[in-house]
Amino acid sequence: MTRVRSTRRRAPWRARLRRDWPLLVMVLPGALLLLVFHYVPTLGNVVAFQDYNPYLGDSALQALVNSPFIGLDNFRALFSTPAFWDALWNTLSITAFQLVFFFPLPIVLALLLDSVMSRRVRAFVQTIVYLPHFFSWVLVVTFFVQMLGGAGLLSQELRQAGIEPPEIMTNPDTFLLLVTAEVVWKDVGWGTIVFLAALSTIDPHLYEAAAADGAGRWRRLWHITLPGLRPVIVLLLILRLGDALSVGFEQFLLQREAVGRQAAEVLDTFVYYHAITTGDYGFGAAAGLFKAGVGLLLILLANKFAHLIGERGVYARS
Amino acid sequence: MTGTRPVWDEKPGVAGQVAKGTVLTAVVLVVVVPLWVALVTSLSSRATINAAGGLVLVPRGIDFSAYRIIFAGGQISQALWVSTLVTVFGTLVSLLVTIPAAYGLSRPGSVGHRGLLFFFLLTFLIYPGLVPSYLVVTGVGLKDSLWALILPSALNVFNFVVVRAFFQNLPAELLDSARVDGAGEFRILWRIVLPLSKAVVAVVGLFYAVGYWNVWFSALLYIDDNEKFPIQRVLQTFILAGQTPQTSGTAVGTALPPTLAIKMAVVVVTVAPIAAVYPFVQRHFTRGVILGAIKG
Repeated sequence: MTRVRSTRRRAPWRARLRRDWPLLVMVLPGALLLLVFHYVPTLGNVVAFQDYNPYLGDSALQALVNSPFIGLDNFRALFSTPAFWDALWNTLSITAFQLVFFFPLPIVLALLLDSVMSRRVRAFVQTIVYLPHFFSWVLVVTFFVQMLGGAGLLSQELRQAGIEPPEIMTNPDTFLLLVTAEVVWKDVGWGTIVFLAALSTIDPHLYEAAAADGAGRWRRLWHITLPGLRPVIVLLLILRLGDALSVGFEQFLLQREAVGRQAAEVLDTFVYYHAITTGDYGFGAAAGLFKAGVGLLLILLANKFAHLIGERGVYARS
Repeated sequence: MTGTRPVWDEKPGVAGQVAKGTVLTAVVLVVVVPLWVALVTSLSSRATINAAGGLVLVPRGIDFSAYRIIFAGGQISQALWVSTLVTVFGTLVSLLVTIPAAYGLSRPGSVGHRGLLFFFLLTFLIYPGLVPSYLVVTGVGLKDSLWALILPSALNVFNFVVVRAFFQNLPAELLDSARVDGAGEFRILWRIVLPLSKAVVAVVGLFYAVGYWNVWFSALLYIDDNEKFPIQRVLQTFILAGQTPQTSGTAVGTALPPTLAIKMAVVVVTVAPIAAVYPFVQRHFTRGVILGAIKG
């Protein structure tokens, strides 16, 4: 990771402080923001072990001090709530589905773009397909409603042709396909960036040598291109696994009304609806803590696995 | 400019070329058509919309009345103003926090470097959770304040890593010689480092700006006063939840443009700033994003 230059290290602490204090001043505002809005909330997870009552004091801190500890009761309540298991199941199945049906698409699109010879065409397509990544989820869902919804363009055209349009935006049975389609629309283009960059680092001599040895297009793809992409693919898979319990929070919150809780409740929306809107903070914090704990465990395990198969992973072995 | 095919690479057959062209055209159309429909519908008159039976694919004349309504005051004008404020101030605050922090932590061996860097990077692994974050933000008195949309996300650690990686790749001799000449660190950052870092500042600035322009959930959590709703919040209540926004009553005598045109006009003004700025920054993406990904 960070290698310390020995000449810098040797200076005594005081002398280094005299020399480096401006650097510390520069870091201070950012560190303060992280402290207040990241680390303090992290510690605030103690409410998961409390019967937290916001009215037990004038401030959140006072309420926290005055609220009684109840051990693991919140977790017990959480694990005996069927809606929690539904949300967990929905989250995991959406993650698994998208791992299979979304994850490979940016690789395919990157390979396709990379094979386009005209730079102008390539740049044009890239400009277009990156754009939706910068749209908010409100906007993405709006576009889908506008195109596929009950009053959308598709229904409108079908009705004029005398066909009864299918329910796409409100059908819980096909919701998994819908949210995956939305993710593809928003991020497939953006996802190609990393792969395109990785493709450009593959030594062209490898291709040339393989071609000289008689390897055709597909064999070169299999034996040179894909192994060249392997480190990036592993890295992204690990990151995705570590995030397995988060699936587009805003995306689901926005569509929960339309398709109903049964299909659209994921862990994050569960926390929102069972804590923020009801004021049951201890219960919600328990769910959040469960999610954070499992997420951390998953990313550590995935990274360990990456090291085992000889990849670099997210952080180096130390 | 056209790249040249290496001699050893066989030219794809006609079928392959056609298939490739078809797929790429389809991909482009899937992105462009919804934007096109929104734009055309927002510029259509009531007659055109009625004739089309709703959304309009083919333009017939241009009618700006929907835009006149949303810019004439009322909830949408107000929300656009709020979002502009949040985006401009938020991006400024974010850059003013991120750039110095990245520079301050770009020199291994400086006082506290290891510990502070760990303090920054550990946030990647630890997720504080929605409930405690909500309690802290409301606890420090940011409920119904636009700062609640800015401060909690003002420092994005991914952006910090991207900027820091860029600074670390600058030639060290340049900074060292400035130091020998007696320049302080603030001066070096402002006079030497920043002018060399326009590309990365542009990319990170765009990321931040887009984040602020798109802010929706924070507004749902922290902003109850609908005078302070950002545009995404209004877009959601107006289009997805189907409520009608209050527009100012200037349209006395003239017929109001159809609601659908107004809706699509809101969509267009929400997309427009992003679509306008992003092409200028796009060519720096690969550099910015990849640097961060590799170093991080």
